[in-house]
Amino acid sequence: MSDGGHILPLARPTEGVSGKTGTWRVTKPIFNNEKCVKCMLCWLYCPENVIDINEGGGPYITINYDYCKGCGICVDVCPTDTLKLIPEGGEE
Amino acid sequence: MVVKPLTGNYAAAWAAKLARVKVVAAFPITPQTTIVEKLAQFIESGEMDARMIRVESEHSALAAVYGAASGGVRAFTATASHGLMYMHEMLWWVAGARIPMVMAVAMRTMGPPWNIWTDHSDIMGQRDTGWLIMLAEHNQEVLDETIKMFKITEDERVYLPGIVGLDAFILSHTTEPVDLPDQEVVDTFLPGRKQPYSFRPGDPLIMGNIPRSLKENMKMREDIHRSQEAAKEVIGEVDKEWGELTGRSYGGLVECYRCSDAKHFIVGAGAWVGDMREAVDRLRAEHGFKAGLVKVRYVRPFPREEMVKWLANAKSVIVFDRSVSPGSAGPLFLDTVTHLTISGVRAPVKNVLAGLTGLDVTYGDIMDAFIASVSEVEEMGTFTKTIEWFYGR
Repeated sequence: MSDGGHILPLARPTEGVSGKTGTWRVTKPIFNNEKCVKCMLCWLYCPENVIDINEGGGPYITINYDYCKGCGICVDVCPTDTLKLIPEGGEE
Repeated sequence: MVVKPLTGNYAAAWAAKLARVKVVAAFPITPQTTIVEKLAQFIESGEMDARMIRVESEHSALAAVYGAASGGVRAFTATASHGLMYMHEMLWWVAGARIPMVMAVAMRTMGPPWNIWTDHSDIMGQRDTGWLIMLAEHNQEVLDETIKMFKITEDERVYLPGIVGLDAFILSHTTEPVDLPDQEVVDTFLPGRKQPYSFRPGDPLIMGNIPRSLKENMKMREDIHRSQEAAKEVIGEVDKEWGELTGRSYGGLVECYRCSDAKHFIVGAGAWVGDMREAVDRLRAEHGFKAGLVKVRYVRPFPREEMVKWLANAKSVIVFDRSVSPGSAGPLFLDTVTHLTISGVRAPVKNVLAGLTGLDVTYGDIMDAFIASVSEVEEMGTFTKTIEWFYGR
């Protein structure tokens, strides 16, 4: 298939293709590992795919704050208050 | 090859079937409805191997076929009037995404007041979307150009969607003999689907993400414009190829009728070009005018070069528009004047606004408008009134 040399509005889904979207954030989800039941709902529901699961011990999830927009969906779906939303720049 | 009595709508449906369209989306609106009804019948009876998607709106109809075409199949839908207006946003998406597909528009006026008759307000309202736009004169041309439009839109120099316009009722519901080409002929003419990219599992792509650079974004708009310009050549080539296969060639972007010795020209597009031919014949035979007719087949891309070629030495030009941009003039007139002027042609050009909202226009009306206007030019060298609302006898 040839693109005919046209300028197409296409992109490959790679990390940060639209720049560091985390700079837009006004609220920030923070994670408390002690209450985590490893349900993975935050990982599943994150619309930006910025939550990574760590199977090898340590904190169960890592949030990539370079791209997290602070939408709060992970906090909303978390069944155990493991995740908390705080104002960006506030005390953790 | 077989000759069948077909309405314009059935001709459009037959063309989609012969082009081996795989996905059709249907939302009914007068006078388009029998196009998708006929396609539903073809699919239900097993004569056509395609999926029919019933949707809840015209916006969804175009979105659905756009999605299917993005996935790599030929797709088709049809609409008219208010339905086309509801689709308007999606027209920008298909053209901007550079996805080839074809749509039939059974051209109908806009309300209010409620009115189902023909004029060109709906199709002319899509001129800036990036779609190729052609207006058919008769049902054979509806069939031929719908098939050809797949080839034109799928040419890599173009990669833009296209509309075939047929006037409400005058073509959509009027039966004429239509020569149906054999499936093998169409298969030879239209080999496998071509498009710039398609969405496939395992090869993730994002279409339409926020641009990293607005300069790149503006270049995409320029690329659409350049592809429209490039389509002029493709339309001519495809017309020639179809002519060799079927014996029916239409002249590409423009057909000039009785033009070789013409001094005063009528310019028009759509079904009433048939009446304009009759008017030109009679103006010559009964009144001795050296009349000619420029049938504009494609309004996008606009045939600048052909208009200049035919009208460079015209004594006068009368552009008949079946729609208007209120506060300015008829769209065909605006394009004609612009492109003649920037090309250095200085013939007097007049706009006759006629047949809007479906008001009937006969060859006699066209003759009346012509005789009154050309008499002025012959006496005074120019038109006294440049934009005239013409209501007929």
